[in-house]
Parts: sequence; C-alpha cells; structure tokens
Amino acid sequence: MKYTTPAGDTVIDRQRVVGQPTTRIDGPLKVTGHAPYAYERHDVAANQAYGYIVPSAIAKGRVRSIDLAEAKAQPGVITILTTTEVDELPLGMGHTVPLFGGSEIRFYHQALALVVAETFEQARAAAKLVRVDYERTQGNHDFHALAPDAPLVEGSDGPDVSKVGDFEAAYASAPVSIDVTYETPHESHAMMEPHASIAAWEGEKLTIWTSNQMIAWSKQAVAKMLDLDPANVRLDSPFLGGGFGAKLFVRVDAVVAALAAKKAGRPVKVMLDRPLVFNNTTHRSATIQRLRFGAERDGRLTAISHECTSGNLAGQEGENGIAQTRLLYAGANRYTAQRIARLDLPEANAMRAPGETAGLMALEGAMDELAEKLGMDPVELRIVNDTQVDPETPNRPYSSRMMVECLRRGAEAFGWDKRNKTPGGMREGRWLIGHGMAVGFRNSVQMKSAARVRLSSNGKLTVETDMTDIGTGSYTILAQTAAEMLGLPLEDVTVTLGDSDMPASCGSGGQWGAQNSTSGVYAACVKLREDIAERFAMDPNTAEFADGEIRSGGESRKLTEATASGEIVAEDSVEYDELSKKYQQSTFAGHFVEIAVDAYTGETYVRRMLAACAAGRILNPISARSQVIGAMTMGVGGALTEELAVDTRFGFFVNHDLAGYEVPVHADIPHQEVIFLDELDAIASPMKAKGVGELGLCGVGAAVANALYNATGVRVREYPLTLDKYLDQLPAV
Amino acid sequence: MKPFSYERVSSPAEAAAAAARAGGAKFIAGGTNLLDLMKLEIETPRHLVDVTGTGLDAITETDEGGLRIGALVSNTALASDERVKRDYAVLSRAIVAGASGQLRNKATTGGNLLQRTRCPYFYDTNQACNKRKPGSGCAAKEGVSRQLGIVGVSDACIATYPGDMAVALRVLDAVVETVKADGTTRAIPLGEFHRLWGDTPHIETVLEPGEMITAVTLPKPLGGTHIYHKVRDRRSYAFALVSVAAVLDADGKGRVAIGGIAPRPWRVEAADAALPDVKAAARALTQGASPTDQNAFKIALVERTLAGVMAKARGEAA
Repeated sequence: MKYTTPAGDTVIDRQRVVGQPTTRIDGPLKVTGHAPYAYERHDVAANQAYGYIVPSAIAKGRVRSIDLAEAKAQPGVITILTTTEVDELPLGMGHTVPLFGGSEIRFYHQALALVVAETFEQARAAAKLVRVDYERTQGNHDFHALAPDAPLVEGSDGPDVSKVGDFEAAYASAPVSIDVTYETPHESHAMMEPHASIAAWEGEKLTIWTSNQMIAWSKQAVAKMLDLDPANVRLDSPFLGGGFGAKLFVRVDAVVAALAAKKAGRPVKVMLDRPLVFNNTTHRSATIQRLRFGAERDGRLTAISHECTSGNLAGQEGENGIAQTRLLYAGANRYTAQRIARLDLPEANAMRAPGETAGLMALEGAMDELAEKLGMDPVELRIVNDTQVDPETPNRPYSSRMMVECLRRGAEAFGWDKRNKTPGGMREGRWLIGHGMAVGFRNSVQMKSAARVRLSSNGKLTVETDMTDIGTGSYTILAQTAAEMLGLPLEDVTVTLGDSDMPASCGSGGQWGAQNSTSGVYAACVKLREDIAERFAMDPNTAEFADGEIRSGGESRKLTEATASGEIVAEDSVEYDELSKKYQQSTFAGHFVEIAVDAYTGETYVRRMLAACAAGRILNPISARSQVIGAMTMGVGGALTEELAVDTRFGFFVNHDLAGYEVPVHADIPHQEVIFLDELDAIASPMKAKGVGELGLCGVGAAVANALYNATGVRVREYPLTLDKYLDQLPAV
Repeated sequence: MKPFSYERVSSPAEAAAAAARAGGAKFIAGGTNLLDLMKLEIETPRHLVDVTGTGLDAITETDEGGLRIGALVSNTALASDERVKRDYAVLSRAIVAGASGQLRNKATTGGNLLQRTRCPYFYDTNQACNKRKPGSGCAAKEGVSRQLGIVGVSDACIATYPGDMAVALRVLDAVVETVKADGTTRAIPLGEFHRLWGDTPHIETVLEPGEMITAVTLPKPLGGTHIYHKVRDRRSYAFALVSVAAVLDADGKGRVAIGGIAPRPWRVEAADAALPDVKAAARALTQGASPTDQNAFKIALVERTLAGVMAKARGEAA
C-alpha cells in the first residue's frame, strides 16, 4: 500500500477493537515466566555452551598480547576467542566504531576475548585468568574540557547550522531577552534485560536468538560484519526486557556468540554483564546547550537561538539537542547549530527520544526563565508562540498540532491556576512546594512496514511480521488491528513477532513502531479482505467483515467458507511518499509536575505529575498510558538522579551498576495522570495514529526543574538536580 | 567465582573452630553482600562456614533490662520486633531505611555489621584500591568521590561504612558479643568495632581471624524521641549521602550518630555535649574533615540534616 493521500473513513474508524482498553495479550506469558527471553531459550538449539566476555581494563590503547595459558587450563573451558585473531569487523548499521576484532582499544570494557565453557560459572572464572598485556595511551575523556573547541557537526548537506532571518539583529533589539546555558549529563538506557544472544550455525546458515529492537536492520548488519549472505542470517527476538534504543543496533554479544559458535562447533550463548551494559554498549551523550531568546513584551518570540554541544567517539553526531527548537515555536529570526566533541568514551548513540529529551530539558527551562522575566504565566508564553506551520519552512503545515489544547486541558486538570507563583512562596511544614510545567514535543515518523496475515481453515488469523515488542504492547495492538479489519474476536488472532524470516517491519524505535507496524498489518488485511471478497464476488470496498462473516448486499458468508480449500495468505506493506515532506508530523504534550523539597536537606521528591497528550488515534489506551507513565518516570530519573559519572583520568563510567546509576524506584513516583486528547491524523498513517512511546519523556525534566525553581527560588541549570547543586542556596536553617 | 569448600555448623563454638581450622575461611549467613563480592572475585574465600544452623536467631531480654539480639536475627525480624519498635525505634527506622524488603529478609544482624563499602573503585577490579589490593593505591581520591567519606578517612582510603543499622546501634551504645576460635568470648562496644582505615583499609573491624559475632546487646531503653533521617538521591534502595540517628529529649539534648561520612558510624562526644546547639554539634562532628571537591557538600548537609532532625524532635510539622 502506497500511502500518498490521507485516508478517508476506514474500517478502523469503527473502533470496535482498536482504541479499546485491552490488556496485553502476552501478559499471561510474562507473568507466568513463559515468555522466552533471549538468554533463556534453552530449547532452540541443543548443546549450548556459555560465553563470558573479557572486557578491556583500559579506555584507550592497544592490546600487545593476550596470554591464555592459565585460562585454557581451567575446568570446562572449550575454547577462547580473542580479538587479535580476527580482523577488525566492518561497521554495522548504527555503529560508530567496530564491535570486535583487531588490537586497538577505543573504550573501556571493550570486548577483548570470549571464554567459552560448559557452564556460566566456569566461563566467568576462566575469564578472570585471561592475561592481557596493554599499551595504554592517554585519551580525551573530559567533555567539559573539549566542548569549547568542538567543531560543528558535519551533516550530509554540510555543517549543521540553520539560520532564518537575522537572529543577531533581532536579539540585540528585543525589549526582553535571556541568555542561559544548560547542561545534561551522560545517561544510560539501564533497561532491565541486558543484551544477550545465542548463536548457532548449520553449515553456512547462522541463527541468532537475541534481544533486538530492529530485526531487519540488524540482520543486514550481522551479514555485513561477518561477511555472510543475508539470506543465510536469521535473527529471532520475540520478547525484549526493555531496550530504550540500546538494542536498536547489534551489539557485541551477538557477534562474539556467532564467532565463538563457529570456533567451538556448537551453539554459544552470551549475556553482557551489567557493567558492560553501561560501558561496552551505548549511552546518551552529555550536552552543553546555550539558549538565547529575544521577545516582545507580550511574550512573542522575535529571536530564537539554540546551540548544542555533545560528544562522541568518532566525532560524528552525538545528542542533537536542537532538533525540536527548529519546529516548536514561532519566531521570525532563528539561529540553531550543533557541535560535537571527539570524546574518548564509550559510543554515544540513540537513547529514548534522542535529541528532544536533552534538548527540551534546556529549551523548556529557558522558556520558564523567559516567562518569569516577562512576568507571564509560563503556559500562556507557550500559547502565544504557537505555530501551525514549520516555522523554518512556513509552507509546510503541521499534519495536526494540538499543543495549545494539551496545555489548556492539562493546566485545568492539574489545577495550575491554584499554584503559588512566587518562587519559594509555598510551604507545608518542612516541605517547600513547587509547580512546574513544560511542553512535550516529539516527531512522528513514517517508516515502511510489512506484514503477512494468514486466515486458516478454522477461521483463525495469524499475523506475521518481524516487528518487535520491547515491552510496548506491539502484540496487542497488532492483534487489535487485524481483529478489527477481519471482524474477528481478539482471541482468534495470533501474533508472531521478531523473526527475520517474516516480512520486514518498521521495528521499534523513535516512537515510530505503533502507527507504522499497525499500518503494515492494516495493509495486509486490506489485501486479505479483497481476496476473500473476490471469492464471493463481493465488492471489498463495501463488504462488511463482522462476527467471522463477510456481508454485502444482504448476503452473508462465513470466512471459513473462504478457507474451506486451504488457508488464505496476504502480504503487504505500508509505504510512504511525499506526506512527510509536505507536512510536519509531530506529537505534543503538556507536562505538569508538583514537587516537594525538604527545606533542611534539599531532598526533592515528585508528589504528582500529569501529562496531557495529543498523538493521533490512541490504539490502546492501556498500553499507551503504560508507555507514557513509563516515559514520565524516566523523565524524573533524568531530572533528579540519573548521571553516568565519568572518571576523566581513566575514561570510563564509574557507576556501572544499578546501585550506582540511580533510576527511579517506586517510592519516587507516587502519582501519575495521563490525559489523551481526541485526535485523528490521517496524514500521519492509515491508522490515523502517531507515535506516543517517547512523548511522555520529552519535557518532563524541564517541568521538574521549573518546579524546583518555583519551590525554592533556585534555578539549577545542570542536570541531574541533585541536592549538592543547590543546598547552599536554600534558606538558612 | 573461585572454587571453595563449604560446611554447615550447628554451634557458634563449632563455627569459630571450623573457621580457624580452614585457611581463608569466611562465615556466611544471608550472603547478601558476600556472594556479590565473590562473584566479582573481590572476596575469594577458600572455605565457607554456613552459620545459619547455629540457633542465634532469638531476641531476648537481658538482666540489665536491655535486649540481646542473636547474630542471625534477620533485619526484617529485628525491625519489626515489638520491643525494638517501642524502646529502640531508631534502630527499627534505620533498618527499614536500608536495602529492600527482599534483602532485609535475608540479611542478618551479624552480617550487616560486616557489610563492606560501596565505593565504586572497590567494586571495579581494574582500578587501584588499597582496600581490595593493599598497596595498589586509591583511585577514588582523585576520582568520582561524591558518595565517599569526609571524616576518619586516610590517604590510603576514603571509603565509608555504608550501612544504616549500625548507625542506630552506635547511638544506642550497642555492644557486639563474639566467640573466638579457642572458645573465649568478648564484648566489643560498637564504637570500637569498626576500625578507621589508616594505612590498612583492608582491615575493617577488630575481629580476629575466625572470631564470630554471636549477638549484639542493647542497654536498657533510653526513652526520648528516636529519629533516623537518611538523605539520599532517590527514595529507596540507595546508600546514604548523610544519615542521622538521634535519640533526643524534649529540650533537644541527647545523642546523635552520623552515617555516610566515615569508615564507621560517626559519633563524637563533643557533639552530643553541644546539643541542642546544632551548629556546634555539626562542627564537632565534621571537625578535621578532609573532603574532596565532589563531597564537600556533606559538611553542610550534616548540619542541615541535624537541624531537620532537631526540628522533627521539637514536633515541627513533618
């Protein structure tokens, strides 16, 4: 299906199944421990051996030699794969530096060897006895030292600078202006399930059972890295214990498992130790962001500038904090630029809502500062700067944009007007109470996505696609889509995901999964409906599918009649064309937060938070809400506690476990409310849905920081907002 | 994990003798810290003596009107004991401020006293650490040190004792009872139980090899208001930046011990004497502090947390 013009009325608009609050169809498997996660797939290949990675003890340098004598002599050891016995692997999709091979060390905990043994414990014990002789060189590990000289990011069209109008002149002449700099730290995805893979060879054919968000990309990457025909590579990842972007691209577990399985002549399984999740894989880069606004006294922005510096290993893109600033607010004169420091730390890459998460932490903090300087309500400041078109390209309207409605609905439901506007002005006993808000913004992305549907002779439907469910609810919304299209009860639909032998989907990432993967299933179901209708000489456009029947012109036939001679299979994809060029497609939220700060100790706790979201059709209010409150929780972590602490001498993230890297615990998140606004966006997708999985994160950090200011009168521009950064500015005790 | 042998014993004397017999032995009860450290090969005992069958799991009243807490009493059982909640509430509150429900079910009174520091450089075996590998240096001093100690630390080590329970035991003047390999017993005031690091940060307590904790005794109840305030970055499952255990009278006099700043629960006579003067007490508690740039805020945090505790004791709204 080529999606070139917005859909009119469709079967989905009935919303008999789609849009209904349906609990996860895979829920029982998960709560009973029967959902097979990568490392637990004992049944997929016989005779699995255990691999354990020997990670580099230095951040930069070279391996002189590796002494395996002692390790090899340990009980149970089958083989040891070392980095020096293979050439540096080519870069796979999304990789900044090679995952394995060669003698160069580019980051701490880089995999240097894999010990393969009969048991996990034997492999781990022997791995400790692999002796690596290092030649250490000093790297550049200090982002703050490098940032001032960081060059502009080089994009495919040249340096990443955008100028509209004359920012400098407008800024200089603006009656009200601000110039502020915010910093965000390095952050880790810290998902529950570490990266894990089991690899097995049958001749030249390689199968990897793994934990991966993007099956089609990753299959190509494995083929490229290992120099295989893609037809000989199969990936299977039906369940993931979280990803947040850490599993967008193949990581080292998959490639060393494959290489070691070949060497050992039997299947090998590898899971990354928790510290390796922090230092061996990817993270969100720290940023330093300068924002300058010029505004009229009525709040209208006349000059907007946002410059962001981040870091990464090879000096390409890090964290693009300016992306949303090019789109979010009106303003005639604009300057945005992105710089990148070449930083010797583990690879920076996409983490949930890359760009907007860090960018809005700065932009929406700066907007709060401007509102204060103007003496304006922060909500009203956003509203007067609303735009319904891409402000850099005004002939590109938004497909739908309900930012103002999100703010109004959210403010009302939260009781925004009841807050005390005076910073430090509200106290309950020892607690300083503060309220803050921010706009949430995240693009909705159109991606090709394919699916196959099979209607079996018993009238049950199977959906097959390599789409992944990373905890998001993909199984459920795909089943809802197919059930709606064929007029079947939900329990008659089976969904099979994550297998690269199935049609290539959009995968899970960038909050593009839901609307595109359901649209792919929609397209396949349209074909299936046509096939069935033709068999009964009915018009597929007017025929109604309901209660396991197809009905047209007073005639009614059971679907099982159509499949009497065998199952009917249909496959199609949704593909997009010009719609994303003609229309800016984004999702919006109003985030509102109430916090309490201990006036003595500075401890800051969120008391309640609310998000009002507009994201097109909400395919399943339960799973969508789960996505949003999970993202809001992640936003609280980013605001208050999460930071990868860098040892700038040795170049590694020191707090590389879940005790040291503090994500929120239940006690940190007492009350969350989510409101979904009614919105259908036929431009965004045939399902009239947009993304929602990352929207809940975007803006939360700034809402918390703005609440901290409202509570205390202290403006902290360096995240996370730990008490050591403002303790000395709290009232004396 | 290195191979080790394992045996179960049924009495404290047997435990101490078993540990003395086998070189490189460690006692294991809940194992909540020891097993983690063994997996990382930070602890590499050659022999484990499982003491969970020694019967030391009762809380009994002493002739002096206090309590004797068996070394195997779990954190959960101790924190929820009615006598502890009534007469030693600071202890109950300190325990539930630590770890998680699951860990507290496994962790024991004796083991908790022996939990090792959470300094990240102690945990990362690639890094220099005098505590893990004597003489290798201290990577933490010039490194990431926000969580680490400010008083009682040394050039060799700036780690802290990480626990909560012991901070309350310190303010209560608890005494640790032990049995040695030769069968003799002794009583060690908690204030003398943990050593300051000095040049030998790998030696953390005054226990001799093979000496086993059998009980912790509490003197008769002190009365007063019992408060434990643990300041941390998130609301649960985090180690203290600073914690205050306090037993205070209505006039604000009493005693305090501080966690999260030193190699042991930090109690200073002059600070107790200075109460209710918060500033003077905090000055006494942080006297001679040698913080890093990253943890210097703990000096102010001690004072502010103490002020908050005093306010709470005065009955100001929570």
